[in-house]
Amino acid sequence: MYINFDESTRYTVGVLVDNEPGVLSRVSGLFSRRGFNIESLTVGTTTDPQVSRITIVVKGNDANIEQLVQQLYKLICVQKVQVMQPRNSVERQLLLVKVKAGVADREGLMRLVDIFKAKVLDVTRGSMTLQITGENDKIASMLSLLEDYGILELVRTGIVALERGDGVMNSDIFD
Amino acid sequence: MRLNGAAILIECLIEQGVGTVFGFPGGAVLPIYDELYKRQDRIGHVLTAHEQHAGHAADGYARASGRTGVCIATSGPGATNLVTAVATAYMDSTPVVFITGNVPQSLMGTDSFQEADISGITMPITKHNYMVTKVERLAETLREAFYIAASGRPGPVVVDIPKDVQIAETDYEPASGDALIPKISMKHPMMQLRPEGAALERYKTRAMPRLEQAAQLIAEAHRPLIYCGGGVILSGAQEELMELADRVDAPVVSTLMGLGAVPAQNERMLGMLGMHGTHAANTAMQNCDLLIAVGVRFSDRALGKAETFAPNAKVLHIDIDRAEINKNVSTTLHITGDARVVLELLLARVSQKRHDQWMLQTRGSNDEGGSERFEPRRILKGMAAVAPDITVATDVGQHQMWTAQHFPFHRVRQLISSGGLGTMGFGLGAAMGAAQSDPEGKPVALVTGDGSFRMNLTELSTIAYYNIPVIVVIFNNGTLGMVRQWQTLFFGQRYSQTTLDRGPDFMKLADAYGLKGTRVSNMNDFSEAFAAAYAEGKPCIIECVLDIDEMVAPMVAPGSPIDSFCLN
Repeated sequence: MYINFDESTRYTVGVLVDNEPGVLSRVSGLFSRRGFNIESLTVGTTTDPQVSRITIVVKGNDANIEQLVQQLYKLICVQKVQVMQPRNSVERQLLLVKVKAGVADREGLMRLVDIFKAKVLDVTRGSMTLQITGENDKIASMLSLLEDYGILELVRTGIVALERGDGVMNSDIFD
Repeated sequence: MRLNGAAILIECLIEQGVGTVFGFPGGAVLPIYDELYKRQDRIGHVLTAHEQHAGHAADGYARASGRTGVCIATSGPGATNLVTAVATAYMDSTPVVFITGNVPQSLMGTDSFQEADISGITMPITKHNYMVTKVERLAETLREAFYIAASGRPGPVVVDIPKDVQIAETDYEPASGDALIPKISMKHPMMQLRPEGAALERYKTRAMPRLEQAAQLIAEAHRPLIYCGGGVILSGAQEELMELADRVDAPVVSTLMGLGAVPAQNERMLGMLGMHGTHAANTAMQNCDLLIAVGVRFSDRALGKAETFAPNAKVLHIDIDRAEINKNVSTTLHITGDARVVLELLLARVSQKRHDQWMLQTRGSNDEGGSERFEPRRILKGMAAVAPDITVATDVGQHQMWTAQHFPFHRVRQLISSGGLGTMGFGLGAAMGAAQSDPEGKPVALVTGDGSFRMNLTELSTIAYYNIPVIVVIFNNGTLGMVRQWQTLFFGQRYSQTTLDRGPDFMKLADAYGLKGTRVSNMNDFSEAFAAAYAEGKPCIIECVLDIDEMVAPMVAPGSPIDSFCLN
């Protein structure tokens, strides 16, 4: 009857919250004090200006993710929580990366941009700034290729996710 | 009606039926104290010596009466002094609304005098908290705060009101009855677990399959055991629980927080379980085949080693807080809901059972011993002999466990004790709050230790000034006894920083506050002093001189199986 808490699986959790000051710190504070390490967290408004949506990626197992969901529901600012299954959801993140790029490097880089459906946002004599959108794997492989040129700086949004299909997340009562 | 924020606060407290608040004034709550002055005909205020104890007093008031306690403190240090009291109320799910002042919003964020981000600080230790930025939102916020504090699983709510909001004016609409129930109650799922009327019908339909399964588990059980916690008291489910125990023919064990729900004298009651639980309770736990856990959270102090806890049992867990399900122990079946509602619905599906053999097997030995020494068990029995119905508050440590073990609690809300947070210094404030909540003004006993009492004895001035009938019974063994006990057992008798050979002289202290003090070292003197104090109904101190090596037994070492006692 004992619950074992090893942390191995990656979970993407969508949370609908009241769009109020302090909400993000209530939610992120809960994760840290209950011992969850956040891999990524994004937040933004929804179609309803009073509701924000937070997407959080954490590592855990089924038991402690259940616990996390129930703890989230205890926050008065939380309306709905959804744990997304990888095969039933779409995930994306956006990354901006500044790569060392002399004149000789540009052509090779443009080929990578083409293959990965990236975008060039800025070019200077010594660098190129690229925008890459996609799933984790795609971004990781692009980054590893860019390392050959030298990555000067990068910034990423963190993951956003939606479930596949017609279903939408709303603030129904949970069971 | 056009009022300023401070006046709206007072109106809202009156709306909620608040008769007494505990607090301490300061710069950022001056407008509130001005209104309290004007409305002293409607709201009483108890001025403590320190904000922490005002917080504990509001907590004790709530624990003893079931009504929401209210505490007021100023910004900065006033607010941070409340933190321990807020956390104490949070861990034991007590409904308390803490009102703090804050600096005007124009100064906020500038590190101004007595500024602290109290809503940020208390975020992890409140059920919810607010900073009110507009006076127009104040009344609704306070109504929400009171609703949140008392509904579902109760808990503390902090409402931080900047000084400019206290001064600003707006139209105030008095509310009563249903209008007091805020909109938030419909929105938030955690608010809807204590259903009535149509909501109750919906709840019944939804819970039906689980209720049927629960009845099935009970029907199949041969060795059922009821594990009763503080949730039973919070929900007022003690009668339903007793009826279930009789129907199922099961013995009952209780957590510290659940004591009193089933009378200690009842033959089904095996006593407290856990680290300092009775043999009967802990053994029954390990031998039962169905554990019916009601309003409990499977605390580590109750469980011992989680992996070996109730190894042969299916677990049926009934709790209002869904997050308690499968938190520390995975359950066979759970029913989320108010204990009283769930037990009522369950009783309708459970038929009378007999478990003669199991009842016989689990029966505990009685708590009568033949010791002639002046020791805690005899003192507590002596207290109960004089005043069996008295409300008993405790601090934290050995005296707390002795009280839990030996005072025969027979009604709910009779024991006022900091269980979850284990706050030394809780007792005197809590005892005065409990006493203040009683319209008849009956005396309350505070059982404390010399270590704990040194943390809150400053409040003697408060009980003396207001003549609050708290009988302070100090178990003076000249040590931080519980820590010493662990040092004796697990740290090679190296008594690091636990010997309290430094006063104060509690008799002189009593004298300094104008209180009667009695020092006793035998049972006759104690009983005489306690009976006199109880009859007199005035605040006083009775100091019991105890042996430094007195231990709390039985004891299970932390992290050990709950039936492997290291002390008998």
